Amino acid sequence: MTRYITRRMAYSLLSLVLLSLTIFLFVRITGDPTTLLVEPGASQADIDAMRERFGLDQPIWVQYASFMQRLAHGDLGQSFYYRTPVLELYLSRLPNSLLLALAAMVFSLLIGVPSGILAAVRVGRFWDRAGKVFALLGLSLPSFWVGLVLILFFSVYLEWLPSSGSGTAWHLLMPAFALGWYFAAAHMRLTRSSMLEVLGSDYIKLARLKGLPESLVIAKHAFKNALIPVLTLAGINLVIMINVAVVVETVFAWPGIGRLLYEGITFRDFPVVQGVVLLAGGMIVIVNLLIDILYAVIDPRIRLEA
Amino acid sequence: MAMRSEAVPLTSRADRVRGLEGFPLLPVLILVGVALVAIFAEALAPHDPEVGSLAARFRPPAWQAGGSVEYLLGTDHLGRDVLSRLIFGARVSMVVGFTAVMVAGAIGTGLGIVSGYLGGWVDQVIMRVTDTWLALPALTFAIFLTAIVGPSEMNIVIILGAVYWTRYARVIRGEVLSLKQREFVRLAIVAGCSKGTIMRRHILPNVLNSAIVLGTLMLGVVIVTEASLSFLGVGVPPPKPAWGLMLADGKKGLMVGYWWLTVLPGSCIMLMVLSANLLGDWLRVKLDPQLRQL
Repeated sequence: MTRYITRRMAYSLLSLVLLSLTIFLFVRITGDPTTLLVEPGASQADIDAMRERFGLDQPIWVQYASFMQRLAHGDLGQSFYYRTPVLELYLSRLPNSLLLALAAMVFSLLIGVPSGILAAVRVGRFWDRAGKVFALLGLSLPSFWVGLVLILFFSVYLEWLPSSGSGTAWHLLMPAFALGWYFAAAHMRLTRSSMLEVLGSDYIKLARLKGLPESLVIAKHAFKNALIPVLTLAGINLVIMINVAVVVETVFAWPGIGRLLYEGITFRDFPVVQGVVLLAGGMIVIVNLLIDILYAVIDPRIRLEA
Repeated sequence: MAMRSEAVPLTSRADRVRGLEGFPLLPVLILVGVALVAIFAEALAPHDPEVGSLAARFRPPAWQAGGSVEYLLGTDHLGRDVLSRLIFGARVSMVVGFTAVMVAGAIGTGLGIVSGYLGGWVDQVIMRVTDTWLALPALTFAIFLTAIVGPSEMNIVIILGAVYWTRYARVIRGEVLSLKQREFVRLAIVAGCSKGTIMRRHILPNVLNSAIVLGTLMLGVVIVTEASLSFLGVGVPPPKPAWGLMLADGKKGLMVGYWWLTVLPGSCIMLMVLSANLLGDWLRVKLDPQLRQL
């Protein structure tokens, strides 16, 4: 067990190093990084100062070492536009992103889980096929379009909901729907396959043989066990939601991390873009690690396999 | 046999139903239609997609009050014909979508074969890089890359290729691992074929099916990503008519109810992605029974 966890941690550490190396190399391979790191329209003196500060005259591994050193201290650079450290900006937006992701998650589970159960119980029949169409639509409709159509209906025509901004629960409704939509389809698919697997197991047969009513078998015996992988996926997806909401947040002017990334692009604020990407990758690597460890604790087969 | 699992007839029935679902005619027709529109865009478009007349701004579609037959689907904020822009936008989506899928497929399949066949440290290096790149959310990663190299149609293709090759590499590597154990590969080794020859002649043809299935499924993903990048202003640069860019422009007229500027390009994206996904799903079941398990 300890060996497995150590191994997984070593892999994750390697992933983090590779991640920083990827970001670092991409910035340097494509030309003079000072053009990205210095504000547009900066004077030659500023550019030279920046070169010296980042040690761009040094060999590349020395540059990488100092890049990592700054990262280790949580220094992601300074935003050109806001003139504050990138990390500070990121942390100030994180609660908003978390709120949006949680709301989207609730929505996606409320739709995905019941429809997945229904599809599994009625496999091959009408509800299963309806579920399949729904999943396909969920995966095919780009979230920004869902967002724009929602605005058109609920803000412009019906005038029920505010089209952008944040502050009240009403502001949260449409962005959460637009973001959760895609994930609802993913959760539905997994709930369906997980339910199908559980429904075929021996203890479900036993429960049926005991003469328990079908609704009890499904609700109490099958559902609980089928939910484990779904909740795991939901855990990963929550982190992913925080990091992929850029389009939805842009459509609804929701002040989260995605919006920060968008501002980073439009204001040509490279440190912000780089910081958001690094933190997104790092966050996902760490969540994957936590889930692997959690699985190893729960399921001895995984430990032994390694 | 007395203890037959109940789930077996259930799932196999579902499989039968899936197997009976025929050729996705409508999706294929839509994709072919979009391709034809893209090829013959010059002949089909009634107006120049990039030049409008400011006198004809925000005209609604022909069937609405104030619309005219001259601008069948209305005009945008610069007075450009929406229909013409949609027609030329099909070209952008098709060209970017197909080339990006092919670039990603070529890189991913190549690295997947090398990684799976050679094994050892080569495999370790390629797979660790794959894992790391997979951890980056695709759109965020693509945005980062465009922020470095700047937006252009060519750059978008390269960037999408660089972002999405990892999905191929994973699947193809897995296939190669099992192909490697097969008789014909062993015989090729005995016959004295070099590693390069075996990978090219014996492994590659056997993983092409999977690569094609993956490619079809990726087409939709890639088109949505391109549209998202264009929507955010880091994709295809204006005034080129890309569907994502049209949506971004359409946002300006949304609050006053100019629905045609968002609903129409969005529907085009949706139709194309949906068609690609339906075709991909069907191909997956037909061509590659192994992939069904994924």
